[in-house]
Amino acid sequence: MPGRDANKMETLNLYNNINVYLTVAAVLFGMGIYGMLTHRTLIGMLICAELVLASAGINFMAFNRFTAPDPATGQIFTLFIMAIAAAETAIALSIIIAIYRQNKSIDADDTAQLKG
Amino acid sequence: MTNPLFTPDGLVGVVFLVVIAITLTGGLITCMARTLIRALSGLALTSAGIGGIYFFLNSPFVSMMQILIYVGAVAVTISFGIMLAPPEGTKLLKPFRVLAGPVGFGVSALLAGGLATLAASTKWEALPKINDGSMYIIGIQLLTEHSMVFELISIVLLIAILGALVIAREGRE
Repeated sequence: MPGRDANKMETLNLYNNINVYLTVAAVLFGMGIYGMLTHRTLIGMLICAELVLASAGINFMAFNRFTAPDPATGQIFTLFIMAIAAAETAIALSIIIAIYRQNKSIDADDTAQLKG
Repeated sequence: MTNPLFTPDGLVGVVFLVVIAITLTGGLITCMARTLIRALSGLALTSAGIGGIYFFLNSPFVSMMQILIYVGAVAVTISFGIMLAPPEGTKLLKPFRVLAGPVGFGVSALLAGGLATLAASTKWEALPKINDGSMYIIGIQLLTEHSMVFELISIVLLIAILGALVIAREGRE
């Protein structure tokens, strides 16, 4: 059955299609936002923020591979996103540990001393 | 005609589908998890999958860095954070707030769907490549065209480490 084989071949050739990468990145972005809304602890929010950053990285790399004239620029930019994400994790965790010392809790609702 | 599944190209396609499945499963675990350590495992799984996606996007170097930095460093750092500041288990099981229920799900689904539709409905023009984007080219560009950003990122990382130490040490004997 040539029609079925061609169909199968199209499914197996998905890695040459920019839309697949962009869709996966969009889904990961949505998951990250949803996780940030549902998680109640600061560390949970931090983990989901990493998902959002990763989806931005996938987008950069996809455009880098398929459309950009200089394929090195996007890779360098993604490396910078990773470095900034690592710095962000380190800072956020030390803030969370400081908050834990103060409050004995890392629940986002308990961090409300400045509330009037 | 042989089954396309068993040609080299077909196998590459199968590996790609597996990588996508790993990434999305990890993301699902991360955002649905009720305990933090499970969410962290989901993040590690997603990062490994994203490493695979980067490999398919012709950049083995970034793929390596992704696995090294995320699965190796970020996941371990966050697990230390979970051990040092343990969450109260009972609080995770409280009923969801309004924003975290259907409204949050709707907003995120709308965002993801909107972005995906936008991406699919746009025609992306491919420009001719001026180099092959190999590790050699990346090394040269990091030290010539992008040397300023390269220096800046080192300073940012240094300041971040010092700042993290200062903040975390505060109030300790």
